[in-house]
Order: sequence, then C-alpha cells, then structure tokens
Amino acid sequence: MATPRLMGAEVKRKEDPRLITGRATYVTDVTPPGLHHVVFVRSPHAHARIRKVDTSKAARRPGVFEVVTGPDIKHLCAPLPLGGASAEGGGGAAASIGRKHWALAVDRVLHVGEPVAAVIATSEAVAVDAAADVAVDWDVLPAVTNPFQAMAKGAPRLHADAPDNVEHRNQIKAGDPDAIFGKARRVVKQRMVSQRLCGVPLEPRAALAVPDPATGGLTFWATNQAPHSLRNDLATALGLPQNMVRVIAPEVGGGFGVKFGCYPEDATLAVLARLYGLPLRWSETRLEHMLATTHGRDQVTDLEAAVEDDGTITALRMRVTANIGAYPIFTFIPDLTLMMGVGVYKVAHIDLQSTCVFTNTTSVAAYRGAGRPEAAYYLERLLDVIAAELGRAPEEVRRQNFIPPSAFPYKAPTGQNYDSGEYDRALTKALELAGVAKLRAEQKERLQRNDRHLLGVGMACYVEMCGFGPFESAVVRAEPSGVVTAYTGTSAHGQGHETTFAQIIADHLGVDFDRIVVRHGDTLNTPMGNGTGGSRSLAVGGSAIMQAALRVQAKARRIAAHMLEAAPPDVVFADGRYQVKGTPAKALGFAEIAARAYQDGLPPDVESGLEATEFFRPPQLVYPFGAHVAVVELDTETGRVAVRTFVSVDDCGVRISPMLVAGQVHGGLAQGIAQALYEELVYGEDGQLVTGTLMDYAVPKADDLPSFTTAETVTPTPHNPMGAKGIGEAATIGSTPAVVNAVVDALRPLGVRHLDMPLRAERVWRALREKKRGSRS
Amino acid sequence: MATLLVNGKSQTVDVSPDTPLLWAIREHLKLTGTKFGCGVAQCGACTVHLDGTAVRSCQTTIAQAAGKKITTIEGLHPQGRHPLQLAWIAEQVPQCGYCQSGQIMQAASLLAKTPKPTDDEIVAAMSGNICRCATYVRIKRAIKRAAGV
Repeated sequence: MATPRLMGAEVKRKEDPRLITGRATYVTDVTPPGLHHVVFVRSPHAHARIRKVDTSKAARRPGVFEVVTGPDIKHLCAPLPLGGASAEGGGGAAASIGRKHWALAVDRVLHVGEPVAAVIATSEAVAVDAAADVAVDWDVLPAVTNPFQAMAKGAPRLHADAPDNVEHRNQIKAGDPDAIFGKARRVVKQRMVSQRLCGVPLEPRAALAVPDPATGGLTFWATNQAPHSLRNDLATALGLPQNMVRVIAPEVGGGFGVKFGCYPEDATLAVLARLYGLPLRWSETRLEHMLATTHGRDQVTDLEAAVEDDGTITALRMRVTANIGAYPIFTFIPDLTLMMGVGVYKVAHIDLQSTCVFTNTTSVAAYRGAGRPEAAYYLERLLDVIAAELGRAPEEVRRQNFIPPSAFPYKAPTGQNYDSGEYDRALTKALELAGVAKLRAEQKERLQRNDRHLLGVGMACYVEMCGFGPFESAVVRAEPSGVVTAYTGTSAHGQGHETTFAQIIADHLGVDFDRIVVRHGDTLNTPMGNGTGGSRSLAVGGSAIMQAALRVQAKARRIAAHMLEAAPPDVVFADGRYQVKGTPAKALGFAEIAARAYQDGLPPDVESGLEATEFFRPPQLVYPFGAHVAVVELDTETGRVAVRTFVSVDDCGVRISPMLVAGQVHGGLAQGIAQALYEELVYGEDGQLVTGTLMDYAVPKADDLPSFTTAETVTPTPHNPMGAKGIGEAATIGSTPAVVNAVVDALRPLGVRHLDMPLRAERVWRALREKKRGSRS
Repeated sequence: MATLLVNGKSQTVDVSPDTPLLWAIREHLKLTGTKFGCGVAQCGACTVHLDGTAVRSCQTTIAQAAGKKITTIEGLHPQGRHPLQLAWIAEQVPQCGYCQSGQIMQAASLLAKTPKPTDDEIVAAMSGNICRCATYVRIKRAIKRAAGV
C-alpha cells in the first residue's frame, strides 16, 4: 500500500480548464453532417383520449421532413417504462403492460406534456412552427392530481389494473408498535408534506441519435447519468442487440437524479433515426423540462410517535402517501423512505407504511436524495414537535434517542445494517460551531424587546443509505509510455470523477496525476456500469478503480522483480517506486516497467500488457450521516425568512478530494435549503402545471443563500477499501429539516407548531396573521 | 443576411433580423461555449458581451447586436487566461460547468465597470445567473480573487 499523497489532498480539478473556456462538449454542441431536428407535440390536457391527429398542415411546411404520430412507430418500439436497473438503488417498477405507455401516445394521454407527435425538420425553428400546425382532436376526460382524491371512490382511473389508482403499498413492521401505542402516556402526531420539486439541471435534457454504419445500429448521444442503462434500455425498446447501440454521455450539465433511464423522447429519437437513416437531435425547452422530465418528492405523511415523559420515543408510525404521477418510473423511492424511517434513532417498535398513487401529473422519480430526504425531514421535524410538547431542548431529545456509537454495526428494525456512526459527535460539533448558547440568548433578547425580526435556530441530524450496487467497474491501463488511462462505468455530470479517480490511481501506481486520463460516459470503451446516482460513485466506482490499480501494481511489481533480478516477494511499492526491500537504490519507476510490459523480455509466466479490469461488488450499503444547524431571521411584518448562518457537519467517511466534497456540500445545502424556503411545483385541480417557468419555480440564486460553515467528522466505513461513504446527497438531506425547524423555532413563541414547505414569505406571513388574530380574540 | 462582429472577426450569417443572437452564435457560427438554459432571460446561461456589457443572448436579436462588438466566452481571452478564468481554476469553481460561460461573462462585465466590487455589488451583479450546482460561494470567492479585493 502506497503512502497516500494525493488521496485526501487538495488537487486542481482536471475538468475545469475545458469548462471555463467554452470548449467542453455537451450533447447540443455536437452537429453531425445532415443533422435534422426533432420537436415534440405535447398534450395540453391532463387526461384525454386522442380521437385524431392531423399532421397534414405541418407536413406541408417547407423544411419539414416528416411528422410522426404514435401509431406510426408503435410497432418499432416496446412500451415504456422498461424497468431497468437504477443507480438509486432499485429497479424501475415491474410494471404490468396496462401501466405502460407508448413512446408517442397512441390513444390516450395521462398528463400534460405527454408527447403525442414528433416533427422532423431541417432546423429547430421550422420544427417548432410545424409542431404548432399539428391538430389533435381531443376527448378530454376528468383528471385527478391529488393522491387522496385519486384513491377515493369514483375518481378517474388512470390504469385499468390499478382500481384505486394505487401502484403498490409497502409496510415495514417490527416489534409490537400497537401494544406500545396502546399503553403510551403520550402520543405526538403530525401530518407533513414533502412537496413536489423539479430537477432543473441548467443543461436541459437533450439527445442526438446517429445511425452507425459500422454496426447497422445507432450511436446515441445523451445527457444522462447512467449511459449503460440507457444503452440497454434503447436496445430493449428497439429490439436491437446491445452491441449495436453505443451511448455517449459527453459533458453532462447536471443531473440531480432526473437524467436516468430511457425517456419517451429518447426512444422516439432512436426509432426515427433508424427509420429514416438520419442524424436527429432534440433538446427540451425549459417549459418541457418542467412538464415532461420526471419530478421529485411529493409525499404527504402522517406521523405518530409514542413518547415517554423523558423524551424517549418508544414506537413510531409513519403513513406515507406518495403521488407518483402518471406512470411507474422509480416507484421504489417511497420504499427508501420507509427503509430510513428510524433515521439516527433507536426506536424498536415501528409500523411504517407507504402507498404509491397514480395521478394525472408528470411521473415522480429520483431527485437528489430520492426518498431519504423525505424520511429525515419527517423525523427531524417530529423530534422538534416532540421537544416542543415536552418543553425540552431539541438537542436533548435527540441525544436521548440516538443510536449510540457502541451499537454499531447496527441492525435497524427497518432491516438496514448501519455500518458506522457517531451521531452525537456530529451534532455537538455543529451546535458548537453555530454558537447555539449565544444564539438562544439573542433569541430571548429579541423576543423581550419585541424586535421586528425574530431569530430561529434549527437543527437536524440525518443518516443516509447509499453506495448501491450491484457493482461498479473499472479498467486501469498502462500505456507503453507509462501514462495511464482509466475507464469507469460510472458517469460524471459535475462530480469530478476524472480528478478523484486519478488521485487514487496516482497513489497506487506511482504515476503523476497529470499523466493519468480518466474516461467515462461512452459505452464503446467503458465496461458495463451503473452510472452516477445515489451517492455511489466514489464508494463503489472508486473502490473498483482502486482495486484495478492494485492489480496493476501487483503485476508491475512482478515485472520489476524480473527486471531487477530479485525474487518477486522482495519487490515492494514504496514512495511511488518499485524497489527491492531494504535496497531503495535498486528501484524502478512505473514508466520503465510499463515499457517492458509491452516488449520482449518478460518472464514466461507473465502475460504481455499492463492493465486490469475490476468489478467491485459492495458487500453492504454505506451510511453517511451528519448534523446541520440553521439560523434564520424572520421578518414579522413581511414573513420573509433569511438564512443568516448555516453550519453543516457531514461525515462521509474518508475524504479523497476535500474540495470536491465541499462543492457537493455547497450544492446539496442549496437544494435542501431551497426545498425548505423556495421551491414547489404546483398543479391546478385540472392537471395544469401552474409553475412552468423559472419565474414561478424559484431555483435559488446568488442572493438567496448564505455563506456556509462546513465541517466534518470522519467515521470510516468498513465496507470498502478506502473507508469512503458518499456525499452527493447528504447535505440536501440534513438542510431541509434544519431550516424548517429554525423557522418554526422562531415562530414557536407565537404558538406555531408546524408549517408546511416551502416557507415563502406569504406562507409565514399568513401564519403570523392567523396567530395575531388568534391572540386578539 | 446580417454581419456581426464576433470576437474581433466580422462574420456574415444568413438569419432574419429577429433571430436571437444565441442561435446565430451557436448554430451558425458554431461557437458552442454559449449555452441555452431557458430562452427567456431567466437563467443567464447564454450571457455574452455587447460592447463589453453583459446581455442575455437569447433575448437579444441580431438586429440589436449588429454593429456592436460581440464577445463570447471563446473570445474573452485568446488563451483562456483572463484573470477571472485563472481565478475560476484557483477556486475550483465549476461542477457540471454548463452555466459557467455565462457566469464568467457576467463577472467580466462587472469587473470591467467596477474593478473593486464590494460583496453586495458582486451578489447584485451575479444574481441573475443560475447555477443549479450552487457554485455561488466559489464564484464569489473567484471574483474577489480576480479583483484583488
């Protein structure tokens, strides 16, 4: 094992030079000769039957190549969704045929934005104009957007085989919760909403399908988080052998969970490119993104906790009602909520249930955290409600219930095996960094002097399951000159795999960081992989890289022994060189060994070449955790909430690239804070999306966020060779409840017990007005 | 037909005068460093300079841009070594990178007019440019580094 030099060090990102000069290549930057453009005609109705689609006017427009409807391509593409594996930890729903849909709608639509026809034209502008010429004769049907209404008698039914519009139910029950609740002295109840969110990567979804004369198949450029999954899905959809489909995810401009799988637009583009032998490109507009790219969250949950007088939670009930939209994409996400249903707390008696409900809205799938932020939000809010009812400090009630460090590895009643954790250490550190004692004094003082601005302090502790398998792959290859090329099955979209993986390889082979190139995102040259999601790339993909590097190192030592005329066990890798034990002067560098690997003069039992392929199969999931503290100032006149300071202590195990971790934390905090304060997708009862632009859907900007204090504790996982957990989603998980707890903390003296997100000025102002009126009457 | 002065070169593009500058830059001149994010000036990904001032090229027509000096990310510095670009590397600003051309062009316009901006001036100037990866903290640091404040 090498002395770590780059692992854990601050190194410059390999990706940055191309990103700051406009030289990076995203899908829509690729323009092959003969390119035609595709624009989709979409349903303006939430639920409707299609009587007739008239494409004749559109087809006559100059520059239009063809206008295609669902029946035209139905025989060329299997119905969607396909139910492939996902890096977020589960397969797509094993949907029965009755719950699937055609890539282009054939006879009905179930949500606004569902694609109905595709226009192929010589330019995007012509295609947009022609799409407006397509006339659809609709038979509009009643729609339902609320999951409780969808389950009620007489509600419009979306799928013939889902009578109550229920996709599936799940339950995790352990211990004897009913008995505990039966004799509980105190039961604390609260309903909470984790509202619907939109991914909004700055790069919209886009695809480019190019017929491949070499195989007779297809090269498909996609802005996608898991190119191999998409390759397999496209092959299945089109009935092509997998080796005739090449997927390239070039530079990808953000994913956040929404760039997984094969969307209807992907399948349609692939079909049409093959049908007409044309390169075809499509890129969504921002409105299309909000209407037709999968959404996140959207759960309503009823919680009940049986609580002792000392704050011990003895039993927990959770009833999650998940609005999954029109089609079953990643319907396992509410299952993840249940799996994380006890969080960092040692509650033994639990009854956790979820119900996934179809509605006439865009399908809900993965969004940063996918199911786990919801669980942490409910629990951390509930802990504050309990603390308020008992008149105890929120940190005290948390400490009363933490799973203690001595309990690890901890078998949770949910069935999860937590690897390692020290929850109070993170909480204590976060509270200290925030200076909570001083803040409480300031809070009191402001109340006493009737300050217009109230202070709120909120905390949240979280644990997350991540690092999903089943495996991740790596190839580490020494080229004859001694430079190294590595290929990973994960696929970055901003995480910096090229940098982190090069750090790992450099340390284990003795090759300069600058002489290592890491490739990803092209199924032609990378081994089968599972993509980037669920905070898995370092823990699983990085481990594969490390093991492949170690195998290359072992072979390099064997070759070095031959070159140095030493016995193989006597050659060690130390200080970046391959040397004879005890004789550092007798040593070789990696380049000399690599050169020999491709020449004559190898021992007879050593194969030529110097490379290794590795598939790392994680034995267990990993469980990063942390504690966040939000400090907010709340204007009692306007209801406006400003986050004054934010402290995050995140424990993602061993950190390989501290600056990249900081970046992931910054991004995670922003998205988590934004769910608490700003973001919400809203549907009208008729199924129309009310928040379809960035004017209505408030993505945080530079002036919406505080600067963050980020810190860490380091608790390694035993489940991979680096001890690394995951950080992509962690900060999103902790920050949402911390901010809401802070706002409610500020309002508690006025009698506010709970408020649903997002806590925009209007909602807070209304709560304030209600309480003021209440106190006058 | 319109003649545009882009990154110091006079170029003719065959588009109507009401075409957004963004499309002329990307589709006709193949300068793809400038990005589409929303098409309605709500995100800042398409930011370029007209006579040194940041504008949203998705909402700027060819007619408005004609006769002015247009600068895109590719033309900000011949070797990509504008002080902001160097600061962007030093502070490790980008994640996915998609918004960064627009961020840098917006920041360059700020520094050209306000060489030593205060924190509030930085936030005010940059608050129209969305970064979904939320690199804002590092963007601010990089601007301050480049400005030497």
